Amino acid sequence: MSATFRAASGGRIDRGRPLHFRFDEHDYTGFAGDTLASALLANGVHLLGRSFKYHRPRGILAAGAEEPNALVTVRRDGARVTPNLRATQVELYQGLEAQSQNRWPSLELDLGAVSGLLSPFIPAGFYYKTFMWPRNAWQRLYEPKIRAAAGLGRAPEEADPDTYSSRFAHCDVLVVGAGPAGLAAAAAAAASGARVILCDEQPELGGSLLSEATVHSEAVIEGEPADRWMANTVRTLAAHPRVTLLTRTTAFGYFPHNLLGLNQRLSDHLARPDSGQPRERQWQVRAKEVVLATGAIERPLVFPGNDRPGILLAAAARTYLNRYGVLAGSRAVLVTACDAAYQAALDLHRAGISVKAIVDVRSGSADGVLPEAARRAGLPIETRSTVIGTSGRLRVSAVRIQRLDASGVPAGPARRMGCDLVLMSGGLTPSVHLFSQSRGKLAWDESLGAFLPAQAAEPVRSAGACRGVFSLAAAVQDGTRAGLAAAQSAGITVAAAIAQMPPPETSAVGILGALPLPRGIRTGKAFVDWQNDVTSRDLALAAREGFRSIEHVKRYTTTGMATDQGKTSNINALAIVAAELDKAMPQVGLTTFRPPYTPISFGSFAGFARGELFDPVRTTPMHDWAARHGAVFENVGLWKRARYFPRQGEDMHAAVARECLAARGHCGLFDGSTLGKIEVVGKDAATFMNRMYVNAWTSLAVGRCRYGILLRDDGFIYDDGVVARTAEDRFHVTTTTGGAAGVLALMEDYRQTEWPDLDVWLTSTTEQWAVIAVQGPSARRVLEPLLEGIDISAAAMPHMSVARARICGVPMLLMRVSFTGELGFEVNVPADFGPAVWQAIYDSGQKHEIAPYGTETMHVLRAEKGYIIVGQDTDGTVTADDAGLSWAVGKSKPDFLGKRALQRPAFASPYRKQLVGLLTREPQCVLEEGAQIVSTPQRAAPEAAIGHVTSSYYSASLGRSIALALLRAGRARMGETLYVAMPDGDIPVQVASPIFYDPQGSRLNG
Amino acid sequence: MLLIDCPYCGARPELEFVYGGQAHVARPRNPAECSDEQWADFLYWRDNSRGVHAERWRHTHGCGQFFNALRDTTNDHFLATYRVGEAAPALERVARPRT
Ligand SMILES: [Zn+2]
Repeated sequence: MSATFRAASGGRIDRGRPLHFRFDEHDYTGFAGDTLASALLANGVHLLGRSFKYHRPRGILAAGAEEPNALVTVRRDGARVTPNLRATQVELYQGLEAQSQNRWPSLELDLGAVSGLLSPFIPAGFYYKTFMWPRNAWQRLYEPKIRAAAGLGRAPEEADPDTYSSRFAHCDVLVVGAGPAGLAAAAAAAASGARVILCDEQPELGGSLLSEATVHSEAVIEGEPADRWMANTVRTLAAHPRVTLLTRTTAFGYFPHNLLGLNQRLSDHLARPDSGQPRERQWQVRAKEVVLATGAIERPLVFPGNDRPGILLAAAARTYLNRYGVLAGSRAVLVTACDAAYQAALDLHRAGISVKAIVDVRSGSADGVLPEAARRAGLPIETRSTVIGTSGRLRVSAVRIQRLDASGVPAGPARRMGCDLVLMSGGLTPSVHLFSQSRGKLAWDESLGAFLPAQAAEPVRSAGACRGVFSLAAAVQDGTRAGLAAAQSAGITVAAAIAQMPPPETSAVGILGALPLPRGIRTGKAFVDWQNDVTSRDLALAAREGFRSIEHVKRYTTTGMATDQGKTSNINALAIVAAELDKAMPQVGLTTFRPPYTPISFGSFAGFARGELFDPVRTTPMHDWAARHGAVFENVGLWKRARYFPRQGEDMHAAVARECLAARGHCGLFDGSTLGKIEVVGKDAATFMNRMYVNAWTSLAVGRCRYGILLRDDGFIYDDGVVARTAEDRFHVTTTTGGAAGVLALMEDYRQTEWPDLDVWLTSTTEQWAVIAVQGPSARRVLEPLLEGIDISAAAMPHMSVARARICGVPMLLMRVSFTGELGFEVNVPADFGPAVWQAIYDSGQKHEIAPYGTETMHVLRAEKGYIIVGQDTDGTVTADDAGLSWAVGKSKPDFLGKRALQRPAFASPYRKQLVGLLTREPQCVLEEGAQIVSTPQRAAPEAAIGHVTSSYYSASLGRSIALALLRAGRARMGETLYVAMPDGDIPVQVASPIFYDPQGSRLNG
Repeated sequence: MLLIDCPYCGARPELEFVYGGQAHVARPRNPAECSDEQWADFLYWRDNSRGVHAERWRHTHGCGQFFNALRDTTNDHFLATYRVGEAAPALERVARPRT
């Protein structure tokens, strides 16, 4: 198809570089520099999609980020499918493939349009009204149907193969928007010596200047043609060593302390991106000062039938003509509420488009400079008139024009005027999105009919059209002013005089809300929010139904809630609600602006944090050995821990049973390196430990260990672990794997803020030690051949002792401790020696049938002994006494963390939950952890649980199941039969001591 | 993301810090002398200020030090940061009227 709607000359496209592309099933040609939207218009394609709710044919409304209608899916391959892109922002490349959305079976014949016929039955809030009954039909029936019928694009189903990069940056002045004000601001700040970042969402710097005519332009800046000023300014900035220019970069979010998120698109515009090239880069820019030069967005006019393809914003049609050399139609009607839009009619007229009428909906006589110029050019102006309807199935073919009577209501004969293009302008809305995101206050300017930036909350300035300074000369002056002031505030000595702020201008003041309708005639739908299909009637209905706050109206009607966040609709919606409620605009309030300004890909936020880089992985020194020996790993926090070591044909149950029997019968080998380790050192180390832990530490002799319990000051168990006193002024404190960081933070908190007078130092040594637990009756015989300079006989090294010596020639901290109830040692060696020492112990253990075991076996062995695991058998409401550990508490100490709390009467209640053992009546039945315990079987009425199962395993050593539980008044219930309530019936259990194996503890002394 | 001025290291992004709750809540010197109510006050009762709030931060992924800060909870501006043991500085609110 040939491009028949391209002007003979003009525009910024490269006519020497034709590009072929495909939209739905058709092939087209455009030029380098086109967007998908401009290229489609150049091919005469106006129908781009179907509307969300009514499936009405829709075309292109705008030329930029505010586009609500022309959403397309761009597909590169099976995985690279991007839905919901605005065709107005998709840069054309050779071979681009795009598809329309929300239509079935085809764009021209869409069966969903039937819902348009049902539209009288789809009023505002219809989701809430219609689908309330029957209750579960919403989930099963209505919602899936609605989602299938109404919809935006589909997300790709394959994993995203592209890479996304991220970067932090700092600057003196960040300028957002490279239109006339932004360019001037960046130039002024840079000339003063500031480090400047200038970003703009478009591929080219220039903003609105890019929409000025490239031939016969009257636009002038500082005495030279605007085009030349723009080129010179951009060239100067590009050559400046302290300036970073970012095109295709959207400032999407404004976060506290002047942190802005920028999304830079690096390869979406390329026909064939280099492999490995990131697709996008997310910048986090911390700016000393920010200048917002984000421009303004033209408002549509709200009149019946204002949504047909071929009805565009006036400024958009001007952009298509001047920037892309595209004629959006051949016979145009302009409907306007401001003088500024006359420029579009003049430009179109000069390009040979027949301007059939300019319908000026204002009450005045349109005698400004631009209307006068239009009159001189012979363009027919219909003052005090309005459009009351349009026709045309897939594209507008006519409008109906009616004059306004003295009271401003359409009356008298209506005229039908044929056309294929309708341009509308309701005036300009300053883009205050980012300013509002920065928590800056907006103020309603009555004379401008706009919300403008007022009190700032961050070091930020607005310049140009985004604060109502629309004219070229004033915007440039305002930009220069803001750029200099920002540089000065950033601490730079600014030589140039800083001008006063130019006042906002009324040249683009238009009309807010819906245009008046003739009395007594039912007119068509007048759309306010194109993307969510919200009409003026929907909003009026919401107000009549009692919605007062704009936030409620928004949620009820869904106005402004689509992917465009109401860029073209919010102010009109607000005005309609205000009129209906007979309130002033600021009284109704403005909905909150939230990031992102335009939709941002998930990949951009994920950045490098994907796959292996999603989360760091911690492995122990012996990890590779375990992997080589077939370990199955489990995640414990960020750690990978060996869970069990299955042999040929073993499942977890069989492997754990074998490992348990090996540890109890001969010798087991366990990697305990993940345990937290904190070195507590200093003259006051014992005093510090006395105040932190419940135990009495001053009485602990050097060379001895003790099981320590750490409470919070509220009296509940926070952590536990073996503590070894290795010198008069030195404790080796171990913590749970998951609690290590928290315990160190808690210790540091008290050391730094409560007892800064104590001479004590804390160092995390978790990663410095490899910890190898050798447990079982043969443990001593396994270790002895490897040791130098130490006697580990029962007499020389009793249970709970610690010593320094050497193993395999390397330094070792040896602790005789046990988390299994067997004779046990923990060999601590510098981490790098871990694998070699582990291997040596393993080899030495071969003649003693040594078996490596994992965390699952460790859990069973400790549960057989009733040793708690903090966080599993405790839950933050368990005291040391609840857990049966009151023997460890140094009651005569004057103070320790949690001591005062323990004196609360509630903690002395006999009805507290206490740790007990449970034995199922059926020995092979293994309870479910977390299951609830009740006292009466076969309850007629629901009964409150009196406890719950915290740990439950099958014990191979005992040949039956065992469980630990927290049970109200548990220690007083020994021998009682209780019931664990499960969905398929009660399981009878007997309350027992939590120590199931070797209750005398004699095996420890082996 | 807030920018927090560690009194030991200088300004660093929030992700290096951990919040530590309200500042200047001293643990009673002799807890045994506290009534249950006093102890509960110490443990659980905190201000929920609208405006200036004295609070603790720890530069966990930096120097590891706890310090105190005055932050305006209405706009997240830090008015001052200071070391443990120092008194909260007198407030000279820096207004930033800008457009
Ligand atoms: Zn620091």
